[in-house]
Amino acid sequence: MSLTVENLSVAYRSRRGDITAVDSVSFRLADGEIMGLAGESGSGKSTIGNALIYMDPRMKLAGGKALLDGKELPLSDNDAMRKLRMTEVSLVPQYAMSALPPTRRIGKIIADLLKSHGIKDRDEVLSELLRRLELIGLKDEILRRYAFELSGGMRQRVTIIMSSLLNPSLLIADEVTSALDVSTQRAVGEMLIEFRDRGYIKSAIAITHDLSILAQIADSITIMYAGRLAEKASTAAITEAPLHPYTQALIASLPEVGVRHEDTTLTGIPGRPPSLVNPPSGCRFRERCPFAFEKCTETPPFAEIRPGHQVACWKVSQEHGGGARVTVPAGAIADSASTKGTGK
Amino acid sequence: MRRFLSRKLITYLIAFVIGVTVDWGIPRLIPGDPVQAYLSQFRLQPAGYDALYKTMSEAFGTNGSAWDQYMHYWQSILTWNMGVSIGNFPARVTTLIGQALPYTLALLIPAIVLSYILGNRLGAAAARRKGLDNSVLPLGYVFQAMPYPWLALIIPYLLAVVWHVFPLSGGYSNSLLPTWSWTFIGSLLTHWFLPFLTVFLVSLGGWAIGMRNLVIYELENDSSRYLRALGARERVIRRYAYRNASLPQLSGLALQLGVVVGGNIVTEIAFQYPGLGKLLYTAIGNKDYFLLQGIFIFIIIGVLIANFVIDLVFISIDPRTRLSMQGAPA
Amino acid sequence: MSLADTLQEPGAPVPGAPARPAAALRPRRNDFLYYGLRNKKLVFGLGLEILLVILAIIGPSISPHNTTDYFKLNASPTGANWLGTDFQGHDVFAQLVNGLRESYLVGALGAVSAAIVGMVLGFIAGWRGGILDEILQLLTNVIVMIPSLVLLVVVGAYLNTRSVLFEGVFIGLTTWPWVARAVRAQTFSLRSREFVDLARLSGKRPTSIVIRDIAPNMASYLFLVVILLFGSSMLLAASYDFLGLGPSGVVSLGGMMQNANLNSALFFKEWWWFFPPGLVLTAMVASLLVANVGLDEVFNPKLRES
Repeated sequence: MSLTVENLSVAYRSRRGDITAVDSVSFRLADGEIMGLAGESGSGKSTIGNALIYMDPRMKLAGGKALLDGKELPLSDNDAMRKLRMTEVSLVPQYAMSALPPTRRIGKIIADLLKSHGIKDRDEVLSELLRRLELIGLKDEILRRYAFELSGGMRQRVTIIMSSLLNPSLLIADEVTSALDVSTQRAVGEMLIEFRDRGYIKSAIAITHDLSILAQIADSITIMYAGRLAEKASTAAITEAPLHPYTQALIASLPEVGVRHEDTTLTGIPGRPPSLVNPPSGCRFRERCPFAFEKCTETPPFAEIRPGHQVACWKVSQEHGGGARVTVPAGAIADSASTKGTGK
Repeated sequence: MRRFLSRKLITYLIAFVIGVTVDWGIPRLIPGDPVQAYLSQFRLQPAGYDALYKTMSEAFGTNGSAWDQYMHYWQSILTWNMGVSIGNFPARVTTLIGQALPYTLALLIPAIVLSYILGNRLGAAAARRKGLDNSVLPLGYVFQAMPYPWLALIIPYLLAVVWHVFPLSGGYSNSLLPTWSWTFIGSLLTHWFLPFLTVFLVSLGGWAIGMRNLVIYELENDSSRYLRALGARERVIRRYAYRNASLPQLSGLALQLGVVVGGNIVTEIAFQYPGLGKLLYTAIGNKDYFLLQGIFIFIIIGVLIANFVIDLVFISIDPRTRLSMQGAPA
Repeated sequence: MSLADTLQEPGAPVPGAPARPAAALRPRRNDFLYYGLRNKKLVFGLGLEILLVILAIIGPSISPHNTTDYFKLNASPTGANWLGTDFQGHDVFAQLVNGLRESYLVGALGAVSAAIVGMVLGFIAGWRGGILDEILQLLTNVIVMIPSLVLLVVVGAYLNTRSVLFEGVFIGLTTWPWVARAVRAQTFSLRSREFVDLARLSGKRPTSIVIRDIAPNMASYLFLVVILLFGSSMLLAASYDFLGLGPSGVVSLGGMMQNANLNSALFFKEWWWFFPPGLVLTAMVASLLVANVGLDEVFNPKLRES
């Protein structure tokens, strides 16, 4: 297992108290797996990505842990994490267009990063860098360029190369394609797959609100809703036979391939996601779910319905009945004061 | 780069034309006759008045059509013939400006350069250290808020009147004649220090606060976040932030020149320092319009030259201006 | 003084720009009040400013003397003359509170006239773009380069009588480029937003879009710029008054310092004459600056100390 996340909870400090943006989330990432992480904005998908690499001062780890290649990531220890960034965990940020410092040449930026990581043998990294640039069709003179001289697509690709240069075990790609046109989106997606195939990156999490992109690049897809995981399965299972009512609604509302649908309000399902300040107990999709019943006032477990297919929904668990192995997240027990009998 | 510079040069040219036009137009637009206003200071016989009025109007260029007057004015500026000072008759306006200029430059250039460099360093340090920030920030605001005339009064009050560390006013000691002796140079320096300190201090706070805010902002922007996410050391991230922040600070310097020049004038007057500011003040007192016009146009030229110098520095640190010729894709 | 420098601080809020982690974290209206009351800089700056404004308003009535009353010459502060007297035997405290009032008046006139000119030109440049924008930007750059104090001095030198209105408006006419730049940049970034497109598609007239849709979205930013101009106008006016080119027949803080300087107050150690006016002016401007930073933090959540 490349990455194991157990009961991860992440909160934002705010004046109305802590807001738990990610609530007791558990999932695993196999070696070589590209996992898509999808959900509406505010569902917590980017928060997971940030928590795994850099917690900004407003964020705090509220519980749980993450193991990378069997070793626990020191998520709240910034100094210890710094050494692991880029080398073990890396990020292609949402803001790739503006991520490159404007007043230094690309080559200089890379050199400074290598120096920060105390890498002695820079020639070796450099020749590897040149090989990768060639691979994706960029000339090595790009290293003497400034960010503003590059087109959006070039900047995006340079960012991916920089972030994966030291062969991290996990690459978090946050909305990498959202600012690009369709053909560039495809190229960037293929680049991720290529890099994975060549072993530049061991595994990746592609965070997006755009399911149609994930259909092209991801091996598995995880759907988030209001800070919790709703469903995780192979890409084929999610796109062709989704089980969670929320996933079904998402897939049904999916427009033509490649069309953006940020902040989708689900047509056909009235309402909006609950506030995370004082989230309701039980299933958070309950208010909007056409299949909700009394049981839904309790928090549904993220249960493995079939091998490799996990869903957090009482109705689905019932239908798929006794055979289901129910994994009870520890966090669910912690808040079981309000949701008695979760594990039944 | 060529495009950047040519744009700038056009702006300078237009500024110069507007400056000259304003300089020419103000005495003519404002109600009343400047020559008459000047002559009314004296008790003159009617015949003498008429003769003087005629001579002065010709010299001042207030006779003839507006267009002729305007062209005449341009001619006198381009030939650097700004006429004769009325108040310091028969000294030429250009001579008087030439005498005052070294004093003004000696105040302005060190004050601007040092306050800029030191202020930026201080601001960047304050952005790094909370403890330092707690004293730099409030002090910076106080210095920024101080009126030039006030600082130009309390500094000499403390350092010249209460404690006799520096001389109170003037450009050099009255008992000396300008010679290249060590005594005279020493006198120049001690007289120079307090007005310099005034102009320096008022600017210092602004640069420190500006740099502090910019660095803090830069440390939170996307490129810093990215460097942080890739595990760059905090020292490296700060270095990038400082470099990015230097650009707006430098364009701020160009924009601040006018204010500092104005402040310098006030300071010179308070210290009776024999620079352009004091000359301007004397010209106002004497209703010496030739001198007034000459100084105004000269200050405009000076500010334009300084802007040009800043542009050149800007080009050397901002790749965007340097490379905009190469037609890179946006 | 480098107030203008603060103006280009990029931390100023662009409405709706910062991506927040969750929809639930979007600020509410009363958030501004909440953070405002808890922002030490804002409370301190605004508090001091309000005290000074009150002093400017009621000062002339609580002062036991008028600016024209005569007392012993050059007297140091006493129970009767709180801040002593000047070379003509006038009460310094009475001058101070009247000068305070005059400073606020000139500052407000300067800021308001700069705001009006700057907003109109900035909106036009930002909204229309193209050649009109080029011309207006050129004009802005030119005006910024001409030292306003020098211009004021030259103009003032030709005028025999000058009024407070003239001084304030003239200052505004030389400082409007700061407003124009800010408004232009904001209009530029706002005009391509969806809600503006929507307004345009629904057939609204440009002026009504600018007033109804764009202006409210930059109100907070504009407010900050105008506050800074208010401060810098007061400082500019003080320098101007110090040169003896201020309004005729009006007591001003700069004028008090001028009189002190001309009559050798330094030499005779009459500190009460020139120290208080500058101190009060510094306090007026510094508290504005501090309040401004506080407001910026309130409007712009990114700057709040966590």
